[in-house]
Amino acid sequence: MAEPFLSIQHVRKSFGATTVVEDFNLDVEPGEFVSFLGPSGCGKTTVLRMVAGFEEPSAGKIVVAGKDITRLKPNQRNVGMVFQAYALFPNLTVAQNIGFGLKVAGMPRADIDARVAEMLDMIKLPQMADRYPYQLSGGQQQRIALARAIAPKPKLLLLDEPLSALDAKVRVSLREEIRSIQKKLGITTIFVTHDQEEALSISDRIAVMYGGKAEQVGTPFEIYNRPATKFVANFVGTLNVLEGKVTDAAAGTVQVNTQEVSLKGKLNGSKSGDTLSLALRPEAISLGRQPGRDSSLSGEISEVHFLGSVIRVRVGIGGNTVSLDTFNSPATPPPAVGEKAEISFSSDDMLVLH
Amino acid sequence: MTDLSLSNQAIAGKTAPPGEARALRLPTQWLGVTPFFIFAIMFLILPTLYLMLGAFQNDAGEFTLENIFALSQANIVAAYWISIKVSLASSLIGAFAGLAIAIAIVRGGLPNWIRSATLTFSGVASNFAGVPLAFAFIATLGRLGLVTVLLNTLVGLNLYAHGFNLLSFWGLTLTYVYFQIPLMVVIIVPAIDGLKREWGEAAATLGATQSQYWRMVVIPVLWPSFLGTVILLFANAFGAIATAYALTGSSLNIVPILLYAQIRGDVLHNAHLGYAIAFGMIFITGLANIFYIWFRTRSERWLK
Amino acid sequence: MKAGRFWAWIVFILGAAYFFIPLIATIEFSLRMRRGVYSFDAYKVVLGDSQFQTTFMYSVIVAVFTIVLGVLIVVPTAYWIRLRLPQLRPVVEFITLLPLVIPAIVIVFGYIRMYGSNSPLPFLSNNTATNALLVIGYAALALPYMYRAVDTGLRTIDVRTLTEAAQILGAGWGTIVARVILPNVLIAVLSGAFLTFAIVIGEFTMASLLNRPAFGPYLQNLVANRAYEPAALSIIAFVITWGCMSLIQVLSRFAPKSANRPN
Repeated sequence: MAEPFLSIQHVRKSFGATTVVEDFNLDVEPGEFVSFLGPSGCGKTTVLRMVAGFEEPSAGKIVVAGKDITRLKPNQRNVGMVFQAYALFPNLTVAQNIGFGLKVAGMPRADIDARVAEMLDMIKLPQMADRYPYQLSGGQQQRIALARAIAPKPKLLLLDEPLSALDAKVRVSLREEIRSIQKKLGITTIFVTHDQEEALSISDRIAVMYGGKAEQVGTPFEIYNRPATKFVANFVGTLNVLEGKVTDAAAGTVQVNTQEVSLKGKLNGSKSGDTLSLALRPEAISLGRQPGRDSSLSGEISEVHFLGSVIRVRVGIGGNTVSLDTFNSPATPPPAVGEKAEISFSSDDMLVLH
Repeated sequence: MTDLSLSNQAIAGKTAPPGEARALRLPTQWLGVTPFFIFAIMFLILPTLYLMLGAFQNDAGEFTLENIFALSQANIVAAYWISIKVSLASSLIGAFAGLAIAIAIVRGGLPNWIRSATLTFSGVASNFAGVPLAFAFIATLGRLGLVTVLLNTLVGLNLYAHGFNLLSFWGLTLTYVYFQIPLMVVIIVPAIDGLKREWGEAAATLGATQSQYWRMVVIPVLWPSFLGTVILLFANAFGAIATAYALTGSSLNIVPILLYAQIRGDVLHNAHLGYAIAFGMIFITGLANIFYIWFRTRSERWLK
Repeated sequence: MKAGRFWAWIVFILGAAYFFIPLIATIEFSLRMRRGVYSFDAYKVVLGDSQFQTTFMYSVIVAVFTIVLGVLIVVPTAYWIRLRLPQLRPVVEFITLLPLVIPAIVIVFGYIRMYGSNSPLPFLSNNTATNALLVIGYAALALPYMYRAVDTGLRTIDVRTLTEAAQILGAGWGTIVARVILPNVLIAVLSGAFLTFAIVIGEFTMASLLNRPAFGPYLQNLVANRAYEPAALSIIAFVITWGCMSLIQVLSRFAPKSANRPN
């Protein structure tokens, strides 16, 4: 296998008695886009800042392209960074901001101008060259911050929650723009966010973090469909959780409410009589019997929300509530509250949470 | 903390809630600020205008520029010149020293209590002008002052034999600096606080050293506030009188002291000349304040 | 940043030396009244001096009146501007900057000329009226500080939203001002009051030119005639100013912070 471009090895960070990052390990391939996803305080920004050089790891090392950069100062690492608060220099024009890294490196004026023009074209803001940051919107400022970070052709691109300060609509269009620029240039990128939709939509791989540790590292598909821990299953996407009790561990049957469900091969390690939590994604559940869905449960419809093309239905099964979506059908009216209903799903799709 | 009583018909009916008495709206709106404007007009604006007009009148009440020309008398020009020199010297020294102290307490990595203690002390020291300040410096650097005596006995350095004299231009400047530095500190600390940490980090990731960051970002961002404050310090020193009066009596003839003598005893034998001197003072401090406001607006616009 | 910290300490120590040595010298000098020994004689003489007591009391009383006048002028104005006349804000702020542009000596010169014995408003004709003029003059000098303190206090508690909330709940003007606005602005008003006090106590120019028996002229007189007492007085003046400033710091900790901007 090719040597990973960025290797974070056994990195730990403590502030006094508190350990904020514990034994973090990650290998990133060249050109890969990896997101650190997690709630506030999980340590994702701290790891990023250690890669940038603003925090020194208490233990472990960081290797980029075969070189150990753990002890290097930030201005020696040749990484580009984009901040949540844009951090454009207020006294410089857009063009001067973008050219800052090049000017510091001593590039000739003509080359700087050419590169700045190239960057402005790339972010599609060529007419803003002589404006000042205070004259621009948040989205524009962030795109310029991105251009500024990329202009000196850094080895790594680090983004610290760059979209959190922006309006919802701008967030969506800007994240796609960031991804397409990153793909075109092939820069190895780390993207920190607490928004799972963001991480899922644009990453090659996601590292889900909690309490200073990486709970799971995988592609968006893996993270969503095969969550390794309860936290990952709950944090990423919506999850319907049903409480059940194991009736026959060998045969793999579980009792939910008063009904039985057969889960072949998923009950390793459980004994009869154990209680456990079963989880289903909303899209894995259908209303009524469907071909290919071998298991079913009966319940009563508790809520119906007509959202237009989608109808969101909540079904109560004993003490549990399950949420699922069905498509609107002009010929059929939506189900009514109080109706008896059956939900069906494939036992393969059911997750057992520990 | 806020005590809001729930709807009570009696209270609601008693006084007309704002915005409802539409017919009477215009007059009552302005009623609230009338006392302020009356006060300002009667006791700030009119007296000043009265003096301004008087500067351009002679005893017969006719318009004339002769008072302004009379300002070119040797002793008056000397007074203005000394005032300008002392104000300029004390404001420049105070500004740079104050800036150094402000940077030290905000960015210098010093313990937290130093910052708040310095800011409190600066609030006190900037108000410490007048007799107490003059006397403090007499007690320190006067002929029998503590430091003068100590330097002589411990190091053999006789300040006064070397030509130093507290009751002189430099002595007054040194004394003025005592309230100029704190004023600078109090005003510039918020501006230094406004330098975002992310700017320094961004500059570092782009390869800049500390000195490059300072040269290319920090100094350009700070200098409008800095320059504006220098000008404020200048105007502050220009109008000060009590300290100088206590320190040098009338021997160092700065403009406020000249004006004071004129008001007290008409030493210039021309009442309108007094008006002209006052006009000159306002002209200078007014000009300074216009520049101050201009610089402040500029720096605020960038840091929005 | 280690070199930076070294220089920061150097700067701080040099600054502290510049500011403390004169104070130490003054204290030392003030203790030297009795030959050969350190004693508090100078302080005893000063505090026992009837002139000191009269002029100090006079200045304190004038300060109190100035504070009251200042509050009466500034608080309603600041409130009104925030609430109903925001378009007048630049004008009002410009006016509050005037005392910083026009030196005190010019202001009092204007008073003497305009309100002298042969003017329609002869403030200088008798003592009481002249005292009133002094209070007015001091209120004008303190205007920038008082207005800024109250205005900042009003802005922090977001006066407009509070007033609207109170109105929706049915409160009338009296209730709003008395039970919503005033309690929240009290701290800011007190800060402005202490600053005014510090300014009035030490003021010289206006008191002297209006021939008022205030503390400032008394101090000036003493410097010309006595040796040790002015030192003691300087220390007393410093301690009083320090007390006022510290009280302001302490008070600002009790100031209500806006819920919208958690500190």
